[in-house]
Amino acid sequence: MRRRSALQARASILQAIRLFFVNQGYLEVETPHRIPAPAPESHIDAVPSGSWFLHTSPELCMKRLLAAGYEKIFQICRCWRGEERGRLHTPEFTLLEWYRAESDYRALMEECEAFIQAVASTLGLGDKLHFRGQTIDLTRPWERISVEDAFQRYAPMPMRRALAEHVFDEVMVEKIEPRLGSSRPTFLYDYPAERGALARLKGDDPTLAERFEFYIGGLELANAFSELIDTKEQRERFLAEQAYRRSLSKPPYPLPEKFLRELGTMPPAAGIALGVDRLVMVLLDTPTIDEVVAFTPEEL
Amino acid sequence: MYTSADLRKGLKIIIDGEPYIVTVFDFSKPGKGQALYRTKMRNMITGIQIERTYRPGDTFEPASLEEREMQFLYKEDTHYHFMDNQTYEQIAIDEQALGEAKNFLTENMNARILRFGDRAIGVELPNFVNLRVIKAESWARGDTSGSDSKPATLETGYVLRVPPFVQEGELITIDTRTGEYSTRVKE
Repeated sequence: MRRRSALQARASILQAIRLFFVNQGYLEVETPHRIPAPAPESHIDAVPSGSWFLHTSPELCMKRLLAAGYEKIFQICRCWRGEERGRLHTPEFTLLEWYRAESDYRALMEECEAFIQAVASTLGLGDKLHFRGQTIDLTRPWERISVEDAFQRYAPMPMRRALAEHVFDEVMVEKIEPRLGSSRPTFLYDYPAERGALARLKGDDPTLAERFEFYIGGLELANAFSELIDTKEQRERFLAEQAYRRSLSKPPYPLPEKFLRELGTMPPAAGIALGVDRLVMVLLDTPTIDEVVAFTPEEL
Repeated sequence: MYTSADLRKGLKIIIDGEPYIVTVFDFSKPGKGQALYRTKMRNMITGIQIERTYRPGDTFEPASLEEREMQFLYKEDTHYHFMDNQTYEQIAIDEQALGEAKNFLTENMNARILRFGDRAIGVELPNFVNLRVIKAESWARGDTSGSDSKPATLETGYVLRVPPFVQEGELITIDTRTGEYSTRVKE
């Protein structure tokens, strides 16, 4: 069981999150946690629940709401991802997702800046955070660096070579992530197309996806993209992800057919998933996720 | 057989035929990327530290290490012979594998021997052992040199600093963890 102060701060942070989105005119929604078909993604494993699954993120249901005409929505919910446990992971965790119609990932970056500043300010933390021995200045604009440039600056090889040699993730984790967001938060943007199964590709360079993540003190907090709304292409990407999962002998998921059908009526939009537990870690300056949850799986 | 999901601090595994112990472990997963298991490990024979990153599905042979209480019998060239007092089995350990322990071993002393397969890879001695001083300069009462220690040679050949009053032929207690003089033994 955690220190009372950590759980009290966590509750305040949840309230500050809601306050921000309600003030911005977002509608809070709740979508089912138990779903028949999670989005097929190569490296995310859904936990079965009967013949259905616990959702790994509310993404598909929230996009169906966008398609149904809800233009600004947010959700704070528990999500499950199998086999993820470490200093920064628990297999059950809390995600904040928000989606906005007629928006893109660039506009979303600015909203992230405003959001983190607003939450820190509601908590009385001001514009400076202390995390992992670093002082992080939250004032806008944050640092923006493309994935390609980050490899150029921090890695021993260019991005394309890391992809060709299948060491993209290793280089990212060992050489790049620890350097991001050390004096101010960093947006890492424009990922290789194959690293964003539900992201729109860049108009002037289809090898890249309009996707970003942001980091504070080396910790990844959120993943965002301009949403892909091309039904045919989305189906092909899901099939490719399924084929990849089969090649790893992972169980395939049924295709989310209702989502694919409604994607055709979804407006252009941007969406983001932010790890709430990690946001609490950053705001409370704790070294592990264990300090900010009521119970870890091992304590159950 | 272990898989990468079993990796944790303290796990002992075999890499390139040698036993390693995991000293630092971290699970990481870059956004939308694959899970990575990052480790720092120490070679249990050479003590060398390495860093390795593993992926899901990587497998490892467990390093089964056995620890046994054995008695030191005698030394022959660079080999130290030990015997298991229960089974009377005898083994020889090379001086190099003994490390610092060779400075404190005397006949009939009991030690815990760590074995990896047929290989003895380490020796753990009692924290304190008694050893005889075979050479030390005599100390004149009223010595005004101001020195508060002098060199002494033990029966194992080990040389250390002892207080001036320790004399040749006396038994002293050594702390095997630091290799330093601890106290004089009254006989």
